[in-house]
Amino acid sequence: MSIAVNSATYAAMPIGRVPTKLTINGETRTRAIEPWTTLLDLLREGEDLIGTKKGCDHGQCGACTVLVDGRRINSCLKLAVTLDGADITTIEGLGQPGKLHPLQSAFCDHDAFQCGYCTPGQICSAQGLINEGKARTREEVRELMSGNLCRCGAYTNIIDAVLDVIGEQV
Amino acid sequence: MNRFDYTRPASVAEAVQAGTGEQVRYLAGGTNLIDLMKENVDQPTTVIDINRLPLNAIEELDGGGLRLGALVPNSDTAWDARVEQRYPLLSSAILAGASPQLRNAATNGGNLNQRTRCYYFYDVATPCNKRKPGSGCGAIGGVNRIHAILGASDQCIATHPSDMCVALAVLDAIVQVTGPEGDRAIPIADYHRLPGDEPWRDNTLRPGELVTGIDLPAEDFTKNYTYLKLRDRLSYAFALVSIAVAMRIEGSTIAEARVALGGVAHKPWRSTEAEKLLKGQQPSPQTFSAFADALLAGAVGQCKNDFKIPLARKGIVRALKQAAEATPQSQTDKRIA
Ligand SMILES: Cc1cc2nc3c(=O)[nH]c(=O)nc-3n(C[C@H](O)[C@H](O)[C@H](O)COP(=O)(O)OP(=O)(O)OC[C@H]3O[C@@H](n4cnc5c(N)ncnc54)[C@H](O)[C@@H]3O)c2cc1C
Ligand code: SF4
Ligand code: FES
Ligand code: FES
Repeated sequence: MSIAVNSATYAAMPIGRVPTKLTINGETRTRAIEPWTTLLDLLREGEDLIGTKKGCDHGQCGACTVLVDGRRINSCLKLAVTLDGADITTIEGLGQPGKLHPLQSAFCDHDAFQCGYCTPGQICSAQGLINEGKARTREEVRELMSGNLCRCGAYTNIIDAVLDVIGEQV
Repeated sequence: MNRFDYTRPASVAEAVQAGTGEQVRYLAGGTNLIDLMKENVDQPTTVIDINRLPLNAIEELDGGGLRLGALVPNSDTAWDARVEQRYPLLSSAILAGASPQLRNAATNGGNLNQRTRCYYFYDVATPCNKRKPGSGCGAIGGVNRIHAILGASDQCIATHPSDMCVALAVLDAIVQVTGPEGDRAIPIADYHRLPGDEPWRDNTLRPGELVTGIDLPAEDFTKNYTYLKLRDRLSYAFALVSIAVAMRIEGSTIAEARVALGGVAHKPWRSTEAEKLLKGQQPSPQTFSAFADALLAGAVGQCKNDFKIPLARKGIVRALKQAAEATPQSQTDKRIA
């Protein structure tokens, strides 16, 4: 299906936006979205899902990592309107207090954070890595987690936590 | 980010019809375009979302090659079993670039068309002939650690930042495009261009043209190859210098060798003339050094990037050795073999 939204449409409608259907953490909703809104800004400001963090807003840190149809991407460089029909999982969708996702438990067990700012991105990225199925060894996990910077330098423990969960799954 | 009109065509014909106009941009993965729009470096009035076009498959070509759809993500390309088996150099180069998340979003067409990472190009408060023709070049005489040592002009010394394209240059890939005037097939060597006195033109794509795919001719560079990327940190960093090598060894002599450099010029740098120095030779440090000198002939530093000349020379010799010995650089274990 083709769609076209132009300036005239914006002028005609007080809120000239693109209707976009998104399933976020299992809940499907249709939102009228301004085309220049990134997925990151939509999640944080439109949907009040503030678990996903904005570190750099330029694809350089990985703090904004979420899963789109099971694949990890940087939500800061993705326009939300381009994802019509997609299934999005954020840290809030992976686990809840009292019912932690295995990666969340492993991060606690391994002390895989200090300030915690990078952690939601790290965990979503690790889930993406598991879905890809390409990392088995410590070296492979290190390389394939390299899209997530940790300003506190918790890397060693992050790799331990991810390896722990991968180990449980094989 | 500026406001823009958004369209999402369902067919290539519709996209190309909408694609003509000064400030019209095709949007693929968005990992470069959205970044540039956030910095106001690019301010399109119309954004054409091409993600729903049927250009997302990798297909067999008659004669044994592969066609990589323009919209296939970089990660799916690198991890495609056919690409891994038949073009391991391409897989390796793609996996050396960006991050897993970025490679998931980045597309083959977008990678080909990504803009330079020149700091001045990105900073609208500074002069830049590429961003604003005639405004000057902030990098010449400025901070130019990442800039070109080959093929630069007195108007622009930017480099093309792609890793994938360096492998494509060695593989003699063909870029398939379509546009208002029909279809064209552009050899990769003619796709990107040197800055000359039109530094705002990165490549030879004409206004409104859309890349539909990248053809890889049938080649047998599955054993003696390498992609060696040298950079400030081991992952998630652009190349200072990178070297792609594809070689065929018959008996103990080099039957054919192709070498392209990344991070050193406005396009992947290759010289088929210099490659003749390798043909028919025994692999040896002397032969490799002589070739490195020939490939780097005319290299000039811009002060902060002077180090790239000796780095490239040593990197070329090392990469040729890796290829000749069939010990390609691992993109996981970053120790240089
Ligand atoms: C932090 C960071 C680090 C990176 N590191 C590396 C690295 O180490 N190595 C590397 O190689 N790359 C690196 N990249 C760049 C990345 O590979 C590119 O951003 C990506 O390949 C662009 O693809 P895209 O689909 O997202 O393109 P988009 O951002 O959608 O588009 C880029 C440009 O191409 C045009 N375009 C897109 N598709 C087509 C088409 N089919 N036909 C015609 N024009 C088209 C667009 O109009 C736009 O001008 C990095 C990027 C970031 C943000
Ligand atoms: S090197 Fe090229 S891109 Fe960089 S400032 Fe100069 S003209 Fe602009
Ligand atoms: S906020 Fe997206 S990568 Fe840093
Ligand atoms: S825990 Fe502080 S940035 Fe990673």
